[in-house]
Amino acid sequence: MIIGLDVGGTHTDVVLFGTAGLLKEIKVPTNHSNLFDTVLTGFEKITENINPQDIQRVVLSTTLTTNAIVQDKIPDVGMIVSGGPGIDPENFRTHSNYYCVSGSIDHRGREIRPIDKDEIQSVAARLKAQGIRHVGVVGKFSVRNPIHETKINRIIRDDFEKVFLGHQISGNLNFPRRIATTFLNATVYPIHREFYLAVEKSLRKKGLQVPIHILKADGGTMCFEASLDAPGQTILSGPAASIMGAISFAAPKKETLVLDIGGTTTDMGILLDRVPVLEPLGIQIGRYKTLIRSLKTHSIGLGGDSAVRVVNGRLQIGPDRDGPAMAYGGAVPTPTDALVALNIFKGGDRVRALEGLQTISSKLHIGVEDLARQIFDQACFKILGEARRLVDEINSKPVYTVHELQEGYRVNPENILVLGGPAPYFAEQLKHMSGLGVDVVPKWEVANAIGAALARTTCEVTLFADTEQEIATAPEENFTEMVGKHFSRQDAVNKTFELLRNKALQMGACDEDLEMEVIENLQFNMVRGFYTTGRNLRIKAQVKPGLIHEYKEIAGGLYMNGSPPEQT
Amino acid sequence: MLQAKHKTGLVFFPAFDWAISPTHPEREERLLYTQDQVFEEGLLDIEGIIEFKPDIVTVEDVQRVHFCVPDEHHVMTESHLISAGGAKKIGKAVLSGQVERGFALVRPPGHHAMRVVHGARGFCNINIEAIMIEYLRKAYGIRKVAIVDTDCHHGDGTQDIYWHDPNTLFISLHQDGRTLYPGSGFPEDLGGPNAVGTTLNIPLPPFTSEEGFLYAIRNAVLPILSEFKPDIIINSAGQDNHFTDPITNMNFSAQGYAELTSLLKPDIAVLEGGYSIEGALPYVNVGIILAMAGMDFSKVTEPNYDPKRIRQTAEVSRLIEQTCGQVLDNWNNRQTLREQQQDASGFSRETRSIFYDTDNLVETRLETVRNCPDCGGALKIDSSSDKGYHVLAIHIPLHACTNCRETGYQWFESGDLNQYDMVLLQDRTTDKYIKKV
Repeated sequence: MIIGLDVGGTHTDVVLFGTAGLLKEIKVPTNHSNLFDTVLTGFEKITENINPQDIQRVVLSTTLTTNAIVQDKIPDVGMIVSGGPGIDPENFRTHSNYYCVSGSIDHRGREIRPIDKDEIQSVAARLKAQGIRHVGVVGKFSVRNPIHETKINRIIRDDFEKVFLGHQISGNLNFPRRIATTFLNATVYPIHREFYLAVEKSLRKKGLQVPIHILKADGGTMCFEASLDAPGQTILSGPAASIMGAISFAAPKKETLVLDIGGTTTDMGILLDRVPVLEPLGIQIGRYKTLIRSLKTHSIGLGGDSAVRVVNGRLQIGPDRDGPAMAYGGAVPTPTDALVALNIFKGGDRVRALEGLQTISSKLHIGVEDLARQIFDQACFKILGEARRLVDEINSKPVYTVHELQEGYRVNPENILVLGGPAPYFAEQLKHMSGLGVDVVPKWEVANAIGAALARTTCEVTLFADTEQEIATAPEENFTEMVGKHFSRQDAVNKTFELLRNKALQMGACDEDLEMEVIENLQFNMVRGFYTTGRNLRIKAQVKPGLIHEYKEIAGGLYMNGSPPEQT
Repeated sequence: MLQAKHKTGLVFFPAFDWAISPTHPEREERLLYTQDQVFEEGLLDIEGIIEFKPDIVTVEDVQRVHFCVPDEHHVMTESHLISAGGAKKIGKAVLSGQVERGFALVRPPGHHAMRVVHGARGFCNINIEAIMIEYLRKAYGIRKVAIVDTDCHHGDGTQDIYWHDPNTLFISLHQDGRTLYPGSGFPEDLGGPNAVGTTLNIPLPPFTSEEGFLYAIRNAVLPILSEFKPDIIINSAGQDNHFTDPITNMNFSAQGYAELTSLLKPDIAVLEGGYSIEGALPYVNVGIILAMAGMDFSKVTEPNYDPKRIRQTAEVSRLIEQTCGQVLDNWNNRQTLREQQQDASGFSRETRSIFYDTDNLVETRLETVRNCPDCGGALKIDSSSDKGYHVLAIHIPLHACTNCRETGYQWFESGDLNQYDMVLLQDRTTDKYIKKV
C-alpha cells in the first residue's frame, strides 16, 4: 500500500492506495503555522486500523519550502560568487552575506583567471564569525568546468555544516539562476531537514520503516536522503501533484488542459499524449528565477472560496481567500455561494449564501440570481483566459533550428480535465464557454494526493563533450572523463543514459520505472582554420514524468468504482 | 533586479542545422558560443529584454526588394527566409511599439546581396535589412531610413539596392576596399544621379582600433544623421572588425562595439558578418545587447583584451581624420554634386560587372536611370550571368512621380522576350511584382 499526502492551501488531502485501487481518502484542514501538526494528523487518520507493515511507500507534497521562501522566513546563509567578465555579479546579489570573488572560466570551460585562496579564506572567516552554517558557491560557466567551485569547497568545507555547489543543480547555462537556486537550496536546507527528520521519526514510532519520498515541482519524486542535496526541488510541488493526478484519465495521443480548481487557487498545466509539458529552464518563485526543473504550470488566485467583492464599481473575485464560503459559515461571499444560490451545488446553507450575495447585488443594483450567474461566468471566463495565456506562452517558445521552425508545432488542447473540490460543478459551464470536451477526474477531491502517491522518480542529466579537448563532462553528476577523438554521438547518448540510470536509482527509482528519453541531442563540427578539429556534443536526457509502473493500470481503473458525478 | 532602461526586443536564430558547407565560416557552429554566453549571462531573463520567435518572410516580401533569377526558390533556402524573417519580426516589434529597440541576432547574413540576385555572394543570398525596411515602409508608412553598416566588409549589396534612393541614407564603415573583399566602398562613391550624397563610404585603414571607429562615428556619422533626420536608424551590425577575426585585419573590441552602439542608438540592429566565433562573437553580442538595452557594459571584455596592445598608430588616426573630412565635404556639397551628375539626355547609364564569390559566377549589368528631380527615378537593369540567364528588370520606386511611373511601364511593355529570358517589373507604388516570360 502507498500513502500519498498533498498539502493544499485550504485542505491537506491524504490517500491510501493499494493494488485494489483507492482504499481510503481523508481531508484535514491545513494549518499553515504548524504544517508538521497537519501532516501528522493526516498520517494518523489514514493509518487508523491499518497494519504499518503493509505500507511500502510514502510520498509527500508539502508547502513547507514554498511558504518559507514566499514569507521570507529563511535563515541567513553565505554566498560566494565568482563571475569574471560580463554582467557584474553584484547585480545578482541575493542578500547581505553575498561576496563576489575573483576567478573566471570561459564558455568552453577554460580557466581564464584563477581563484585567490586568501580572498576565499577571508570571506569564509567573516561568514563563520557571524555564525553562518550553510554556504552556496557559484561560478560562471561552472557547468562547463566546476574546478573553481570545487576548489573553493575544499578551502571552506571544514568551516561549515553544508556547502552547496552551483554546478550540481542543473546542466543548464544561466549564471543568475544558478546563483538564485543555490541560494534557495542553502536557505531552505535546515527547515527542510528538520521537518522531514521529525516526520520520519514520528512514522518510525508508528512502526513505519519505509523510505519517505518527496514530490518535486517536475511531477517526480526523490527520496529524503537525495532531497538533502537539493531541497529547493520541493518548491511548488502542489500543482505538479494535480497534473500527475490527472494523467491516467487523459486521452492518449491527445492534448489536454488540466485544471485543479481548489479552495484558494486554480492550478493549470498541459498534457501531451499523457506526458506533462515541462518548464524550459526552471520555475520562478517570488522574485527568484531558478533552474529548478518543473512542470509548466500556472496558478491563479481564484478558487471556490475566493473572496468576492465590489472594487471601483466592478465585481472582483479573489485573489485572496477570507475563510470558507458563507454557506459554510464564512463571512465573505464566494463563488461557492454563487453555485449554491444557482442550485448547481446542493449543499451548505443556501439562505446564508443568498444573504451574502445580497450585500453585493444591492451595491451593483442587480438581482441576486443575476449576480450569482455573473460571479460564476466571470470565474469560468478568467480560468479559461489564463489557460489560453499558458498555451500561448508554450507556443511562443523560441526554437533555434530551421527544421523546428518549419515544423511549427503548436499546442492546441482539445480536452479539459478538471479536478479539485468544486470540479464537477464547473465542468458544464467550462464546456459551454470553451467549446472543448470537459471531463471530471474520478475522485476529483483527492486526485492530487493520488498523483503524489503514484508519481515515479524523475531526473535529468546533461552531458557535454568536446572532442577537440578530448573531454566529456556532466558536472552535475561529478563526472568527467577523457575521451578519444572518435567519441561519437551514440557514445555520448549511451554515456548519458548510464549516468541518468545511476542517478535515478540513487534518488529512489525502481528499474522498471526508468522510462528514459533524449530531450536534446546536438552535434557541432568545430572548425579552426579550414579543418575540422573536433566535435562539440550536447546531450540531455530525462526520466519522463509519469506514474509508477505497477499502479498505472489501477489508477486508470478508477472509473469503475468512482464514475463522474451527475451534472445539473 | 536587473532592468533594461530601453525595452529591447531580441530575435535569436542561430540556425543550428544550416551551413554553406561543413567547414565554411558560415556554418552551424557560428553562433554556438554566442548562445552559451547569452544564456549563461542570463540576458533573456532581464526585465525589459524580450525574446521573439522569428517570422518567415514571404516571396512577396522578397520581391519588394530583389529580382531573383530565375526565381526566388532557386537562389535561396528556407534559412534565408527565416533570417530575413527575424529582422522583419524585430522591425514590427519596434514600429508597433512593443519594444523601444531591437536586435536580430540571426544568420545567414545579407548585406552583400544586391537588387538582382543570380546566386550567393559574400555568404549572402538575399538582403535581410532591405527586405525588412521595405516591409516596414509598406506596413507602417515610414519614409526616411538611415542604415549604418559597421561590418568590416563594404556593404555593397545594401549600397546597390539604395544607390538611387534619396530617402535612404546608407553609410558604410569598413576596412579599406584595397585590402579586403569586396574591394569597393570609396569616399567618391556617393550614389546615383538622383540620390548623390545619400550613399556615404568611410573606408578605414587596416588595424583601426576603438579610437578610430568611435572618431568616425562621433565626427562624421552622428552629425550627418542629425541633419538627415531619419524616421528610423538601422545598424548592420557585422562583428568582423574584431581584433581576433580570422578573415580581416582590424583591431576593434567588444567594449568598442558596445560604445559604438550606445553612441549610434540604432532603433534596429541586425547581425551581419563576424567569424571569430569563440574569441569575439560571444563578448561582442553581449556588449551590443546590453548597450541596446541601455545597461552597464563596462565589464564585458574578451579574455585576452588589452587596449594598449591593439591601439592604432598615429598614421592610422591621421588617415581616418582625413577620410572623415572628405566624407563631410561631400555630404555638405551633395546638391551641387547632384546637379553635376545629371546627364543632359535625361537618362544616366552605367555598365558593371559583378563577381559572385560564393557561387562563382559573373553578372554583367547595364543600368539606366531616368534623371528626376522629383523622385528616385525609374530604373532599368539589363542583367546577364555566365550561368546563362539574361533578364530585363525594371524598378519603379515607392514614391515615384507620374513620369517615372509611365517610363517604367513603357520599358516593361517594350521589353522583348526574343532578347530576354524574362522581363520583370517591380512597381513599388502599387506593391506589385510582374513577370513576363
